[in-house]
Amino acid sequence: MLKIRNLHASIKGTEILKGLSLEVNAGEVHAIMGPNGSGKSTLAQVIAGHVDYEVTSGSVTYQGKDLLDLAPEMRAREGIFLGFQYPVEIPGVNNTYLLKAALNAKRKHLGLPEVDAYEFMKLIREKMKLMEMDPSFLKRGVNEGFSGGEKKRNEILQMALLEPTLAVLDETDSGLDIDALKVVANGVNTLRSPERGIILVTHYQRLLDYIEPDHVHVLSGGRIIRSGDKSLAHDLEERGYDWLSEAVSA
Amino acid sequence: MANDTNNIDSFVNRRYEHGFITDIEMDSLPPGLDEDIIRALSARKKEPEFMLEWRLKAYRHWLTLKEPEWAHVHYPKIDYQAISYYAAPKSDADKPKSLDEVDPKLLETYEKLGIPLHERARLAGVAVDAVFDSVSVTTTFKDKLAEAGVIFCPFSEAVAKHPELIKKYLGTVVPQRDNFFAALNSAVFSEGSFVYIPKGVRCPMELSTYFRINAANTGQFERTLIIADEGSYVSYLEGCTAPMRDENQLHAAVVELVALRDAEIKYSTVQNWYPGDENGKGGIYNFVTKRGDCRGANSKISWTQVETGSAITWKYPSCVLRGENSVGEFYSVAVANNMQQADTGTKMIHIGRNTRSTIVSKGISAGKAQNAYRGLVKIMPQAHNARNHTQCDSLLVGKECGAHTFPYMEVKNPSAKIEHEATTSKISADQLFYCRQRGLSEEDAVNMIVNGFCKEVFKELPMEFAVEAQALLNVSLEGAVG
Repeated sequence: MLKIRNLHASIKGTEILKGLSLEVNAGEVHAIMGPNGSGKSTLAQVIAGHVDYEVTSGSVTYQGKDLLDLAPEMRAREGIFLGFQYPVEIPGVNNTYLLKAALNAKRKHLGLPEVDAYEFMKLIREKMKLMEMDPSFLKRGVNEGFSGGEKKRNEILQMALLEPTLAVLDETDSGLDIDALKVVANGVNTLRSPERGIILVTHYQRLLDYIEPDHVHVLSGGRIIRSGDKSLAHDLEERGYDWLSEAVSA
Repeated sequence: MANDTNNIDSFVNRRYEHGFITDIEMDSLPPGLDEDIIRALSARKKEPEFMLEWRLKAYRHWLTLKEPEWAHVHYPKIDYQAISYYAAPKSDADKPKSLDEVDPKLLETYEKLGIPLHERARLAGVAVDAVFDSVSVTTTFKDKLAEAGVIFCPFSEAVAKHPELIKKYLGTVVPQRDNFFAALNSAVFSEGSFVYIPKGVRCPMELSTYFRINAANTGQFERTLIIADEGSYVSYLEGCTAPMRDENQLHAAVVELVALRDAEIKYSTVQNWYPGDENGKGGIYNFVTKRGDCRGANSKISWTQVETGSAITWKYPSCVLRGENSVGEFYSVAVANNMQQADTGTKMIHIGRNTRSTIVSKGISAGKAQNAYRGLVKIMPQAHNARNHTQCDSLLVGKECGAHTFPYMEVKNPSAKIEHEATTSKISADQLFYCRQRGLSEEDAVNMIVNGFCKEVFKELPMEFAVEAQALLNVSLEGAVG
């Protein structure tokens, strides 16, 4: 579904990704781990098409299409979802409004009829139950005055609503208490299916106790230095990243 | 990125939609201004003697005044002798008796503007007085309004038919000597609307005036006077457009509102005069004096304005809160894009006891535009327990625009409670990326954020106009993000 080949990307002239390759197939959950500054978030932003990042070489194909050719909104409509590490606040813009606009932009792109207000409310209430969110949240501004945990839940709610083909979750677990983590993990697990790919960018093994990955990759210095199954995450938890970085440079 | 830039350019270069010129024969006075011109104008309009005297008095005072220079706007000196002070479609000289007799080209103009005058058309429920350059074309729904005792007619008709009301109220809210542009308007105003709502009557429909400047080198100086007698209510809306012309055109209107005891006036404006091109060539100079007088106890005047047009806007719809417990409100969205300059705000003058005022101003600047809020809250010594809440928010789109806030407060009574909140924010790249990642186009994202910013004001507009205002805002800002 997603094929990344020898990807080099930089921001403001500084190269962050230095020859990263990764392949994600439908039905798989991949965990990307690694120390701070290794390029985890950059990878997530480049997949979503953030304009500040410049791809200098390499290729990214998604469902056979050249992903780098598509504007961010086209990638979204084609089924790519990024759960942001720091979801931005948009004061005055009603949550319901953004969610409905997002859903209908995607449906329109896929040639499906737009949902009306009634259908939408029915759908969103269902998804909110899953995320254990209070209905009053719909009337609030997008992320406006939300706690860290509420923002992350909101991201997963949007994902549940938009039903992406490829979901990239950038440190969705950071700043969550254990109860919120379980709710978020439950949301992600509900979405797991043979048609979907999921990339979890995370710092900690903790999230992987609740969402079991098929593959674990360690990112360091802008490249994947080790790939393995879920046991790799356990090794990292015990021995830290230094062990791996040293092993690579040795 | 290259692709984005192309999109933005194509939006910026989008043409002003109402920029057509109607080609009809005009009966106009030669450019220039002196007492003879005023006499000629008054004669064309078959005005009674008192009206001519009133005009001449204003003109003589105007000669002693200097054009104000304190506003945060810049423009070349206006040559008042180069402007024609009266222009009427010629066919109007023999007075159309009904819509069938109105020049079809004129009707076509209104069709293009989206305001069909035919009474059973889509504007059902809204009575329109359409002012085309200097004359009122027709006033719809007259019969239904007459039944309720409401007078809604072109200003010149009111001068002829209701001189006692004109004599009693004209110039009592905005005196001839109020300011340079008000004095000029008092001397040369050629048309406008007049509204009188009798005691205890709730006006059965929204009243509306549509202004359009068509002729070249013409100034439009309309005069609106609305009187809400005791216990009455009226909601009034004005909309404005002008064709695209390279020369600047002057619009210096005066609006006077009088609310007597327990009366309420709601006055809404959607202003979309031609703003000039992206280099600042052409466009309307909109120098307007609007003031409401809450003359009686428990009266209320509410101004709501959405200002997207004009090259320069200089406008401060104000409330004089004379009656006890009277209420003044000002809700404003002012958009300035490209080279537009806006200096707008309000004045709330608290005179009576327990008077309250609310100011909500939303300024949006984009392109190279300058947008200033200027507001005065004045509490007079006798105004015990006066309250004011001011909220003044600015939104910047892009890097080359400016927002300025000039709040003035004069408090002469210690029991006053005044609150002022001000914020300035930018549409951030992160906000846009977030929305785009959810599948919204950049334009939709900007529109969504701007509309969210303006929500508090839009909800004050009558429903159908709120929709129009929102659409207008979207057009005005398209391509503003760079």
